[in-house]
Amino acid sequence: MLQEEYRYWLANLPGIGPRKINQLLQIFGSAQEVYSAGSEVLQALKRDGLLMGHFEEKDLETILTNRNAEKIKLQYAKLQRDGIYFVSREEEGYPQKLLPIFDAPYGLYYKGRLPGQEEKLLAVVGARDCSPYGIEMTNYLAAAIARAGIAVVSGLARGIDSYAHTAAVGVGGTSYAVLGCGIDICYPRENLKLYMKLWQEGGIISEYPPGTSPFAGNFPMRNRIISGLSDGILLIEAKEKSGSLITVDYGLEQGKEIYVLPGRANDRLSAGCNNLIKMGAKLVTTPRDILEDLIMNYEQSVDELKKNNKLLESTGKIVYASLCLEPKHIEGIAAETGLGMDIVMEQLLLLELQGFIKQPMKNYFVQCSY
Amino acid sequence: MFSKAYSAAVHGIDAVMISVEADISDGLPIFDMVGYLASEVKEARERVRIALKNAGYHIPAKRITVNLSPADIRKEGTAFDLPVAIAILTALGHLPQEDLKGTLIVGELSLNGNVNKVNGVLPIVYEAKERGYERCIIPKENAGEGAVVSGIRTYGVASLSEAVELLSGRASRKEEAIDLDTLFEQANQEDGMDFCEVAGQRAAKRAIEIAVSGLHNILMIGPPGSGKTMLAKRIPTIMPELSFEESMELSKIYSIAGLMNQQALIVRRPFRSPHHTITTTALIGGGRIPKPGEISLAHHGVLFLDELPEFQKNAIEVLRQPLEEKAVTVARLGASYQYPASCMLVAAMNPCSCGYYPDRNRCDCSINMVKRYLGRISQPLLDRFDICIEALQMNYQDLHGGGPQESSQEIRKRVEIARQMQLERYRGQKIYFNSQLTPKTIKKYCRLNSAEQSLLEEAFVKLNLSARAYHRILKVARTIADLEQSERITSKHISEAICYRSIDQKYWGE
Repeated sequence: MLQEEYRYWLANLPGIGPRKINQLLQIFGSAQEVYSAGSEVLQALKRDGLLMGHFEEKDLETILTNRNAEKIKLQYAKLQRDGIYFVSREEEGYPQKLLPIFDAPYGLYYKGRLPGQEEKLLAVVGARDCSPYGIEMTNYLAAAIARAGIAVVSGLARGIDSYAHTAAVGVGGTSYAVLGCGIDICYPRENLKLYMKLWQEGGIISEYPPGTSPFAGNFPMRNRIISGLSDGILLIEAKEKSGSLITVDYGLEQGKEIYVLPGRANDRLSAGCNNLIKMGAKLVTTPRDILEDLIMNYEQSVDELKKNNKLLESTGKIVYASLCLEPKHIEGIAAETGLGMDIVMEQLLLLELQGFIKQPMKNYFVQCSY
Repeated sequence: MFSKAYSAAVHGIDAVMISVEADISDGLPIFDMVGYLASEVKEARERVRIALKNAGYHIPAKRITVNLSPADIRKEGTAFDLPVAIAILTALGHLPQEDLKGTLIVGELSLNGNVNKVNGVLPIVYEAKERGYERCIIPKENAGEGAVVSGIRTYGVASLSEAVELLSGRASRKEEAIDLDTLFEQANQEDGMDFCEVAGQRAAKRAIEIAVSGLHNILMIGPPGSGKTMLAKRIPTIMPELSFEESMELSKIYSIAGLMNQQALIVRRPFRSPHHTITTTALIGGGRIPKPGEISLAHHGVLFLDELPEFQKNAIEVLRQPLEEKAVTVARLGASYQYPASCMLVAAMNPCSCGYYPDRNRCDCSINMVKRYLGRISQPLLDRFDICIEALQMNYQDLHGGGPQESSQEIRKRVEIARQMQLERYRGQKIYFNSQLTPKTIKKYCRLNSAEQSLLEEAFVKLNLSARAYHRILKVARTIADLEQSERITSKHISEAICYRSIDQKYWGE
């Protein structure tokens, strides 16, 4: 058997997680040694108390009985056939940034490529059910950051995650997705296009073996990888008890910089964000706020919010000015501008056709920020 | 002895003449009724026998046979009681046969000899006039309905003996009369509702005005409490007044359905708002004894479906065809009936199951949930709505201040002008409203100049419009131009129409 196959075997023992693997490796040195260790040796170790924690009789049983070389070879060959790579902590390709995490995964499966050891990454996480404001700002920030050469890492979930990935690869940048299920499963399904795109333009990473279903319990765990891979975490729209805050917690443990997009004071959807700002997270309004930390000698190379107003005729300008990133109903726009309903509708259509504004929902309009 | 009286049965919204023949001959004492009768008609035997007795007539122990002809039409309803009784009395010699000539009789008998009201008097009297009858004897309670038809004498009777006296000419009676002008005038005065009561909602009001002008179907989407129902209820107040012909047609439907409620004529545009638990049959009409459904009862008026996604899917899907054809055809083994159904469909719904999307501070629905909520309405039905508008949550300023609101009267004036323009444009064709334009006629009547053409083309590409949406936008733009009395459709009209374009499932949410 090849070294890789031994490692693959070790990573796939049921009931034996990163911590137990750590102990085994400290004693035996390599996966191959674990594979060839006899029953007496393991029993002796257990008796002497060298295998601590939750090591139980049945774990030893698992190690001893799952030694079917034929099966392991077949499975490993299948991985390679499916274009799935496997990398373990004993190899060089393994992301070094993950090593300091105390329960870092022993092995990672990936499609596409892994982030380079020196590559700068920013995690962008946030609400699944996001608002048009969140969407616009994610598009704007993620695109600008990707353009500056920083890869965006997120979780391929609905909402902010998907928009961040899409915006990054949309401007020709790189993006990595860390999944909470097997690498061969696209969850949620509707992101299949994005999944394929990330396979080409970046990477898809998971610590779970192929075929693992998206169990709810997997997702908080994968967040430690998202935060671990990144150099900073950008949080966009999180409620007071949002799952995204788990990522932030891991990030704080791992000593990452936390960037937060503020919401309005009374926005429930941004309550978690605003709390973090109160606690000292960095408030982000432009990509510059992030890039100046991540890129040495960062200069004004990021384009600011487009100033489109010059191009517009005066009524159009009035209508455009009355809009913001919060969706506004045509009636509100008409009342605010004091223009007739028909004129407002005419101007809104023109602005929409010119790409200055968008209609996230029928009859509601927002400015386009990028 | 043989005798013959005349009556009528309702068929669809029209009536067919039925002759009631009675014969009394020697033999075993039997009272027999024949002529393809439903059980309620067969039961007339008992009612007639006892009513005659209680009215003071002696029935001899002879063989009585009653035939309702033509015998191949199924007779239903209780309107034959009175003609059967009269025919028997004539056969017995209490009345001369000549008195029944040119007289149409309908009415239900009660056991004490009183005459009760029946359904469908209006179409029956109308048909009698068309057939050249001279007079009609109808129940007192239906007298108003009958009086509406001019050119025929109608008499309302409260009892069997009254009818006999009338027929024999022993008592001279004045025919029923009704003053239609005052009737119509009253209808306009006592209308309690008015658009000025609705605060704010400028966009929705404008959309409704356009919808009424071109008789476009309209879908209102908005959070609970935004006034969708309030707006919908006031739509009839801005529709032009009912003409006499329209009123007649409508009254026939109500007469058959038994919903006249002592009124002589339906003079106000109907507003029907069925509950969302309604069945298919109740909505479009039908049943074992076919009756017009809600869509026909809303003829020339408004059919309002509140909480559209809550309706049974198959119930609202069957609306599709009647909406196109402006009529419902109910086919039964014996015959097929047609009910007119030219109504304006108004529907209201919430944007999601909690009702507050896109207000993310109140709405917790995921985009998928929002999509699924809208998905309950099929795209083909959605396509029947030319205009779709978001009603906005009202704020304090709208309710409190906001200045005076336009009254229904003012809005109706503009609507009438727009309708006049349409009538003149489509004179001599089978089109009355812009909503009835077909792709072919759209080409003819919705000509665009090059500037407008390029605007629409750009919008078509950028907004990803479908071919159907394209046609709907043109139709609505035509109406908006008509409201401004402009023959030319300008880019302003087009932009506004695009704003009202109906939602497409694909583009719902982000």
